[in-house]
Order: sequence, then C-alpha cells, then structure tokens
Amino acid sequence: MALEKISHVTGRGVYVPGNDIDTDRIIPARFMKCVTFDGLGEFLFYDVRKHTDGTDRPHPLNDPRFKGATILLSGANFGCGSSREHAPQAIQKYGFKAVVAENFAEIFFGNCATLGIPCATASRADIAKIAAALETNPATEIVVDVANQQIRFAGQSVPAAVRADARDALVNGRWDAIAELLDGAPAVMAKAVTLPYLAA
Amino acid sequence: MAKSLFEKVWDAHAVRTLANGQTQLLVGTHLIHEVTSPQAFGMLRDLGLKVAMPHRTFATVDHIVPTDQFVEPYSDPLAQAMMDELRKNCAEFNITFFDRATGKQGIVHIVGPEQGITQPGTTIACGDSHTSTHGAFGAVAFGIGTTQIRDVLATQTMALGKLKVRRINVNGRLGPGVYAKDVILHIIRVLGVNGGTGFAYEYGGEVFDRFTMEERMTVCNMSIEGGARAGYVNPDQTTFEYLKGRPYSPKAAAWDQAVAHWASFASDAGCHYDDVFTINAAEIEPTVTWGINPGQGISINERIPDPKTATAVDEKASIEEALAYMKLVPGAAIKGTKIDVAFLGSCTNGRLSDFQEVARFIKGRRVAAGVKAIAVPGSQIVALQCEKLGIDKVLAEAGFEWRAAGCSMCLAMNPDKLIGDQLCASSSNRNFKGRQGSTTGRTILMSPLMVAAAAVTGSVADAREVFSVSSN
Repeated sequence: MALEKISHVTGRGVYVPGNDIDTDRIIPARFMKCVTFDGLGEFLFYDVRKHTDGTDRPHPLNDPRFKGATILLSGANFGCGSSREHAPQAIQKYGFKAVVAENFAEIFFGNCATLGIPCATASRADIAKIAAALETNPATEIVVDVANQQIRFAGQSVPAAVRADARDALVNGRWDAIAELLDGAPAVMAKAVTLPYLAA
Repeated sequence: MAKSLFEKVWDAHAVRTLANGQTQLLVGTHLIHEVTSPQAFGMLRDLGLKVAMPHRTFATVDHIVPTDQFVEPYSDPLAQAMMDELRKNCAEFNITFFDRATGKQGIVHIVGPEQGITQPGTTIACGDSHTSTHGAFGAVAFGIGTTQIRDVLATQTMALGKLKVRRINVNGRLGPGVYAKDVILHIIRVLGVNGGTGFAYEYGGEVFDRFTMEERMTVCNMSIEGGARAGYVNPDQTTFEYLKGRPYSPKAAAWDQAVAHWASFASDAGCHYDDVFTINAAEIEPTVTWGINPGQGISINERIPDPKTATAVDEKASIEEALAYMKLVPGAAIKGTKIDVAFLGSCTNGRLSDFQEVARFIKGRRVAAGVKAIAVPGSQIVALQCEKLGIDKVLAEAGFEWRAAGCSMCLAMNPDKLIGDQLCASSSNRNFKGRQGSTTGRTILMSPLMVAAAAVTGSVADAREVFSVSSN
C-alpha cells in the first residue's frame, strides 16, 4: 500500500487560540464510547463549540468565514493529556490536514504523524501574523511546507519546524510504519530470544 | 560506559533503526483495555494480520465499567458494546483477559503491577497516557495511540524516537501529611505541564528511596501531566519485595536470577543525564490545583493567583481563563472553598495504601451534609484487600459510597459524573475542563487524605489540621 507523500499542505486556515488545549477538550471522553473512529469529526471541540442544548457557541470552528479550513492553528502545548487517538482522528475527520502550533504534546504529535497529519511548530509571533492575515481575509491560502519547513501565506513566509523523523516519514510517504515494522520480523525474533521474560 | 536505566532498557529492546531515523523498539508487555483497542483490532483484521505475541498481551476493562452494576447487560448499551468487543477480540486472538468474573479486573495500571506482570528492565506499552505508572518498577513504559496499538499487536514493536533523560532528585524528608501526590503535583507545578516534553523523568533521591511501590506508582503515574511520556524509579529491594510471590513473578530458582538481572538495569553511578533537577522535600506542602491543568497548583495555605499580578501576558490570560471556569476568586484563599463531591480512586490514588490512610484518619468522622462522597477501589483485588481489613466499612460509616473497581469519575466514561458546575475534591490526575463528565464541572486535584479532609469539612481544607496529623 503506497502512502501519500506529504511534502506540503495547502488550504485555508482557522485559528483556535489558547495554550494547553488538551485532548479532552479536542474530543470529550463520552464520545469515545465507540468501536470505530467513524463519525468522530462532528464531535471535534464539541463542548467548547456547542451549548448543552446542542446549539452553537461562539467558536472559530462555528464561524462561517472559516468553513472549509484544512489547516488548524493554535497555541502552546497543543494536544496535552490523554493518549486517545480519537483526538487526531476527530481533527482529520473534521477535514483538517495539518496543525500549526507553538509546540505539541508528545503522544499527540506521534499519533498525528502516524495518521499523516503534519504538526508544524512556529513562533507565537508568526502564528499571530498568520491569524491576523486570516482575520483580514479568511480565504487566505496557507501553504504548510513540510519539506522546506516554512509556512507561506499572503505573500509572506515564516519558518516552521517539523521534527526530523516525522518530516522524513511524511515527505517520503512512510508515515504509517506498519509495513516497515512487519519487515523487521526476523530481527524482532532475534532480539526477543535475548530477553528471558518474553519466553512463551 | 556508565548508562542510565532508560538507555539500558532502550538498548536491550532496540531492534533496528528505521528509514526515518526512529527506532523499532520491542515492546515486552502490551496492556490493552476496552476504549482504545477495538479500532486497533479492526485495523488488524482489515490487514489480515494476527497478534504477534498473544502471551505478552494482557487485557482488562476499566474505563467504561459501571461501579454500581455488575450484572450485564449494562444500562449503557455503548458500554456493553465495548465490553463485548474486547471479550470477542481476546477470545479470537487468544489474549489473557482479566474480566470482571476473574476477580482480577481493575484499572490497567493497577492490574499489571498487582499481577507481577510489570517488571524491571522491561518495556511496556498501553493505549493510555498513564502507562508511565509502570515506570515505578524500573520499566520503560509508554502511552500510545490506537494505530500504534495495531503496530504492537501485529509486530510486538513500535516506531519511536529515543527520549532524553531528566533526573529529578527529591532529597530530605516529607513533612507529616505530605504525600506522593503532593510530590508530583509540586514537580509539575515547578517544571510545568510541558516541561517534560521529549524527556523521560528518572525520579530519585532520599524520598524515593524511602517510598513504597504504591507511592512510586503515584508519582510515575502523573509524569505525562508534566509532559514526560515516561517516568521511572530505579529498581531496588523495595521493588523486588513487592514483586515476590505475585502470579506472574518468576518462581523458585528463576527468582534469584531475575532479581540479579533486574538489579543490573538500575542507572549506573556517574551516568549521563540530559538534565538534573533537585527539590528539597521540606519545601513540599499539601498541594491542590486551582485551575484547569495539573500544573496550576498551590500549597493549601497559598492564595489563588491573581491575573493582575501575572508577569507574562500569557500567564495572565491562562489565569483568567482558569478562574472564569473554576468560578474562583483571584487572590482568595483556596482553603475554605466549598465542595460538592469527593472522589477517592483512579490509577493515581486507587490502591490499598490510599484507602488505608484515609480510613486511619476518617474513622469516627462524617462526610459533611450535602457532599456526595464516593470511594472507588482501583481493582477487584484492592477492593477485596480493603474489605478484609474492614476499610470499606470505615469509609461507608463515614458516608462514602463504596463502589466496584474501575476508572469511574476520573474521566467519567461510566455513569459516575459531576452534575452541572459541581466542584469535586478529587484524588485523580486531571482537572481539565469537563474532565469529570459535566461540561461545567470543576475539579480540584489533591491527595486522598486531603480529599477526606474536604469531604468531612465540606470545603477544601488542610488535612493536617482536620485530622491532627502529626507524623507520617
């Protein structure tokens, strides 16, 4: 199964401000009572996006100007908390193809990488510039250039970083590691016999 | 060359370097539960793959189990569906399942250690961020996502980048009424909720040397709350004594061999650490959170932060957001804040010693009128141990509801939830917005004895005063 080579993501963006946005906020635990990931997209940021009666609260994702955005921008320590893959799955199924933040919590970052969602870090000042451009013109086209580690928008370019291992995997279309891990089976068995606790 | 435990365990389990530079790491023990595994089994079936090492894969059910209903079908059909799915997957792939009927069910991070499955010098993965708990035994344990669960099921390995190691020393002696929970809340407060990103935390120093295994587990459990994907304590005599005689511990001649092998994984004197941080135990007070992440903590006698005095713009905004959600007054004392619910339990503080300590002090006292108090043992074995010692009765007489084992109100995937903006004094690990099952529910994290103090006074209190704690 050939995977898509993700050297860059181009699209419109939406800025969800805030630091330490945790995975409980990205997808509340009650929506994890499911045995597939199907349909998680509609519950993305549910409790900050909806009143308890199901009507919309003011939230960037509810703002019609940003409908159709495929690039999600936020603050520091995005995705902290639980290891639930339901969080990046909800982000992906909602329609996002890349996330830009000041930095990411580690498990969330890894989960995104495995799903082929680039997580790019940029400085607070640069994210603010992109957010300002979006506010002026919500149709602004943003290019998250994974290969060259920069973000281009409205005639500007700012540096962005994608951790080397994730960058390599995305750009070369090997972000889902399963094929390579399966290929390693003989080496795995050779290693396993050196560890007494793995004996059957 | 002198090596840290992390490096030794990593080297012992590193299979090869992958094309992107990550390591294919052998996962010795894979723990699974009902919430994050069903999709992984689905992916496995889609790819036509089998479980590589069913004998190194162990399952239990914890997140969704009702704590007041044992008989199936559960009143929540979604919970029942997850239960059925796990049962089906374990049967099909020949995986040991600590189901409720076995009497060994419980929170996955409590079951692994009590069965003796969690051992020093091993690698452990589980689709749950609190997998760091198992590091208490000198294992290197990672929380993983569902696609990685698929990877581990199919290959018993995962792709991972090597972590840096930060040694955290806690020296001296903790004061009376100061617990492991306070130690980790203090560490997270000082180093920040993302201070540990990219690191494994190695905890050591006199306080950890004296700690029991249960105390070490409480600290390692919340490593992820400080951003560290793994946290561990070097194995020592305390570790070996805990493991001796457990169902999955090596027996007879194999025991001595195992102990020698385990001891060899401890960090060497003079090994390299990427960072070292030292805390004086005497500085640590009973700690409580006031905000919406576990790093927003203060000691019980401090005042709630005031955004007006914040130094950074960022800090001001985060204090304002937190206080608006928590409905707390800037600059006020946290002590005396009225509570509605008291929750004892979770993978952080749902072990025998947690309930024992509460029972020791709460005997003869009563939960304040209007406070709902629940005590949820972390496993069926913990429940049984408590019941044999009469701890359940002491807690029930004090006004706590004694429930069946599970994650319960830590994340409220079962029927145990806050209602409206109820404020909960909780021995759990996360105070995120909506964490305890109500979108406006509020959580204050603290040690079990502090939860007990809050329960009997009806407000956030200093357990040392409430219970006249004079020695540990």
